[in-house]
Amino acid sequence: MKAYLSVFKMRLNNGLQYRAAALAGIGTQFFFGFIFIMIFEAFYAHTVTPPEMTLSEVITYTWLKQAFLAFVVLWLRDNELFQLITSGNIAYELCRPSGLYGLWYAKLLAQRISSALLRCFPILIVTLFLPEPYRLKLPPDFPSLLLFLAVLIAGLLMLVAISMLIYISVFVTMSPAGSLLLFSVFGEFFAGLVIPVPLMPEWMQKIVYVLPFHWTADFPFRVFTGNIGIEEASTGLLIQLIWLAALVAIGYFTMKKALSRIVVQGG
Amino acid sequence: MIQVEGISKTFLVAKRPPGLKHAVKSLFHREYTKVEALQDISFHIPKGEIVGYIGPNGAGKSTTIKVMSGILVPDRGSCTIMGHTPWKDRVAYVKNIGVVFGQRSQLWWDVPVIDSFELLRDIYRIPQGEYSSMLTLLTDTLDLGSLLHMPVRQLSLGQRMRCEIAASLLHSPDILFLDEPTIGLDAVSKIAVRNFIKTINREKGVTVILTTHDMNDIEALANRILLIGKGTLLYDGSVQGLRGRFSTKRTITADYRENTVPLQLPGASILSWTPDRAVISVDTEQLMMAEVLTQLSSQVELLDVAIDTQPIEDIIVQMYKEYQL
Repeated sequence: MKAYLSVFKMRLNNGLQYRAAALAGIGTQFFFGFIFIMIFEAFYAHTVTPPEMTLSEVITYTWLKQAFLAFVVLWLRDNELFQLITSGNIAYELCRPSGLYGLWYAKLLAQRISSALLRCFPILIVTLFLPEPYRLKLPPDFPSLLLFLAVLIAGLLMLVAISMLIYISVFVTMSPAGSLLLFSVFGEFFAGLVIPVPLMPEWMQKIVYVLPFHWTADFPFRVFTGNIGIEEASTGLLIQLIWLAALVAIGYFTMKKALSRIVVQGG
Repeated sequence: MIQVEGISKTFLVAKRPPGLKHAVKSLFHREYTKVEALQDISFHIPKGEIVGYIGPNGAGKSTTIKVMSGILVPDRGSCTIMGHTPWKDRVAYVKNIGVVFGQRSQLWWDVPVIDSFELLRDIYRIPQGEYSSMLTLLTDTLDLGSLLHMPVRQLSLGQRMRCEIAASLLHSPDILFLDEPTIGLDAVSKIAVRNFIKTINREKGVTVILTTHDMNDIEALANRILLIGKGTLLYDGSVQGLRGRFSTKRTITADYRENTVPLQLPGASILSWTPDRAVISVDTEQLMMAEVLTQLSSQVELLDVAIDTQPIEDIIVQMYKEYQL
């Protein structure tokens, strides 16, 4: 356990040193945040029947998405790991007396947390004081806020487990491009990162709710806005944990299988 | 300590002729060739030995190292190292070994060396006391003092290699696998690395298996060599044994006070002769060295005599030819 913790700490420290990247990231996220919100504003101005989410909820949802981008997107990747696999440097990782899955999981988790830590606070603070209608609205009550934090973390753990599958697939394909594209395009749409799930047509919502992706983004953000009540959120947390266990188990076994067929050539 | 029995490993290599036509064709049907990287390799290595593992490029040296360090799973054969089968109980086994792949890096690129070391300490669960004393030992013998706090990306190759070797030894392994540890190093760094390998072998009793293309490494370190070519083991024995088996020829270079009478040495062949110097080739199977020297000193007033054995490089080249590698 200590090994995982230390990999986590090391990656966290490593990630926290990229200040310029964080600043640039914050700028970009504000820019896209405003664009998304303006699109939704236009959409809401011309709607006939009121959608299942209010505009103010959608705005808060968007800012949360921008603030916690590192927790919810699948395109955030650790090129080091891809290089380890394709270049064969994984040979060293295999000489360590600990499971590769755990080490990589810790690494990826730390990367996301370090990236989010640098970015989320400035965005959250600024958006709390923006003029209406662009302001971030706090959750309706304190329990919702606590519950939001719990489901956000559970969602993050799920997302890392999903992204582990991308890395594992590289053992077979030897190139991260394909799986990364596939996972990020579909995964992000189904997670509600393009439009919140309640705004999707009903038949599509049915598909979305079967897949695990919406638990990582749409669900926590809607718990924050109060669109999902406390009771529903608590059962949701339970379902998240079941998904998490399943995803980790799948990742763990496919990785074990991939490692037994591994070929490290040259040198 | 190390028992390898009949290890075989085959790689499937996709191949296609050049050109667009074949590129398209290979989308539907792929042809593979089987490359027999290892065929029925067996050897035993007792504790505390330094073994040089040599062979031409692509002979299977690294593959063997990877099988022995639990990275690759062989197709056939068994391997028992300290009671473990490397690829079966990998996690329990790798605590006992240290590995250096000369062409790869295990240190974190962006952070100071010491951070990577501390991470390894936690991964291997090394108690703090043991870690500190080992680190002091490694810092002293490998001269790392000034390097520990530098980011890895700013180290030179020689400096980095010293750190890599230190990283592989932090957990005091019983066996050290070195896959081309001196590749790309200058003479000074090579000697530093060699001395260090000797030191840990002598003082800690670490069993060392090293692959290299540098025959000087082998001559300086290994008491035993394994020669592999095209996946099969060709020779297993001492360096002297190899010399003796393949070459009984010695070259004598003699300097003497000017003497215009040509030398008369029955049984030996004179390669070159001048009034003050001669180069003579002697086959020690047919003529005793002492005999030649006695004859020489009776005919001329010797100033200096140098006896050269055939360099091991030449022997290896000769062996490669003999086995048609």
